[in-house]
Amino acid sequence: MTISKLLSPLALGVVLGLVAFIVFGPLLNLAMWTFAEQWFYPNRLPTGWGFSFWERVFRPRAGAWTSLFNTVLVACAAVLLSMALAIPAGYALARQALPARSVIMLLFLLPQAFPNLPIFVNIAAIFYQWGLNGTLVGVVLVHSLPGLVYAVWIATAAFSAVDRSLEEAARNLGASPLRSFTDITLPQALPGLLAASIFVFLDSIDEFTGTFFVGAPEITTLPLLMFNASMGGNYQVAAITALILLIPSVGFMLVIERFLKADVLARVGR
Amino acid sequence: MSTSSSQAHSLAVPSRRLPRISLGMLLVLPALTAIILLYALPLARSLVTAFRDSSGVWTTDHVVRAFSLYGRDMLFSVGVASASLALIATISIAISGYLVLGTTPWAVRLLRWLYRWPLFIPFVVTGQIARSFLATNGMMNNVLVETGLMASNSAQSFLDWRGLVLTFAWKQIPFVTLLLAGAMAAIDRSHIEAARNVGANRLRCLFEIILPLAAPSLWVGLILSLVAMLSALSVPMMLIAGNPTMMTSMMAHRITYYGDYGIANALGLFSYALTAVTAWIYLRLTLRREATA
Repeated sequence: MTISKLLSPLALGVVLGLVAFIVFGPLLNLAMWTFAEQWFYPNRLPTGWGFSFWERVFRPRAGAWTSLFNTVLVACAAVLLSMALAIPAGYALARQALPARSVIMLLFLLPQAFPNLPIFVNIAAIFYQWGLNGTLVGVVLVHSLPGLVYAVWIATAAFSAVDRSLEEAARNLGASPLRSFTDITLPQALPGLLAASIFVFLDSIDEFTGTFFVGAPEITTLPLLMFNASMGGNYQVAAITALILLIPSVGFMLVIERFLKADVLARVGR
Repeated sequence: MSTSSSQAHSLAVPSRRLPRISLGMLLVLPALTAIILLYALPLARSLVTAFRDSSGVWTTDHVVRAFSLYGRDMLFSVGVASASLALIATISIAISGYLVLGTTPWAVRLLRWLYRWPLFIPFVVTGQIARSFLATNGMMNNVLVETGLMASNSAQSFLDWRGLVLTFAWKQIPFVTLLLAGAMAAIDRSHIEAARNVGANRLRCLFEIILPLAAPSLWVGLILSLVAMLSALSVPMMLIAGNPTMMTSMMAHRITYYGDYGIANALGLFSYALTAVTAWIYLRLTLRREATA
């Protein structure tokens, strides 16, 4: 009994240590690459350390600044467009008795329920005819497709988690439908809507395939810059770009639970 | 300004007579239009192009050629996706099960903090991370050699199907776990207490009470993971140099090198078919749930 009491924290510690290595080992390896001046097989560790590749990436005329600017601009535009479309749609899907509601929900489910690569390929072919290939507008539109799907799902879940009796109370006290929406419903749904915006933003930053077909080579975002550096064998530049891409991802991961409550999560997809 | 308000006024009378449905439709319409232009139209184009030759005649030629040229890649994709899903499901159930039923508070807190780090790491970054971590000279091999678990001359590159499975799992496990653990946490504790009181051990409690109740969330997570894996272009391109590889890689190859939309879209059909099966299962599950709720 005493041995097993001693053993179980030890076993737990070993398992959690293994989990920590699986989670952080790859990230640590990436971080090492950003400071490695020289690292050739079979050396286990870099043979030269330094910041010279950071300088190369952030030189005033290097492509990194343009890519960073494009990435942030496209992500913000995709959030604005997706949310502007998703908030009214989410409210209606959560609150109004719509005809064929399940068909509409299904239509908003399909883009995430099927692989999107053939879609992006054909969007690129259509955008080519419309003259949208290689433009920022084209890239924003292609980023808004997955964004819109997330946004509608989460907005619908957020609105249906809002207590209906409060809205009815406001209406009974004489508030107009718009007033009860802006004063009662919207503030309560706000955490969920912020979570939706975060998802759209992160999805846009992550987005590689759509930009690859619609934007390249005129529009370069950070993922494309990273991919090209990596395929060109420049692991340091790829690792530095990857590290920049990690900042918003990890930052949002740390605060996500403040926005996305379990009761909203449980309603996603319904 | 005045015209718009007078218009609104004149519209107000008939709109009050219309059923409430139309306001809802009006709110959904912009989003619906966007999804039709950005999704339904390209989808229709992909289906049509797969069955049409360059002169616009209907043909099954592309589909036949896609199978004969890329049959091995299709099998490879199915194999990698199934192996990844099995790994994702197993580990997600283990983690969320421990988060709900674990009795050592510090371990539960630590695990909750640990597991979700890869959650929002972009696919393309995951590809780069895997490329350096799983290489012959990567940290995984180095640690195995340094700890004496492996001889240094047997270090090998994991940048093949195994690397793909590990990378997809590393990226998707936190997502599936987040959904599953959320669903498990929402279950009424009294179900669990009741089962524990009649003497069910924690493992039985997990598999016979908690998991069946939280299964829909697991399904959603796994389907979304499958779609993510069959959509990911960057990871297979960065991890796998030769053949066979994932279908996405081959579709991009067909388009960038040959400009061949016919065969690329025929390959797309196959990835649709693969997910259609799982989507069908999911829909049946939700319909059944809605019928009982």
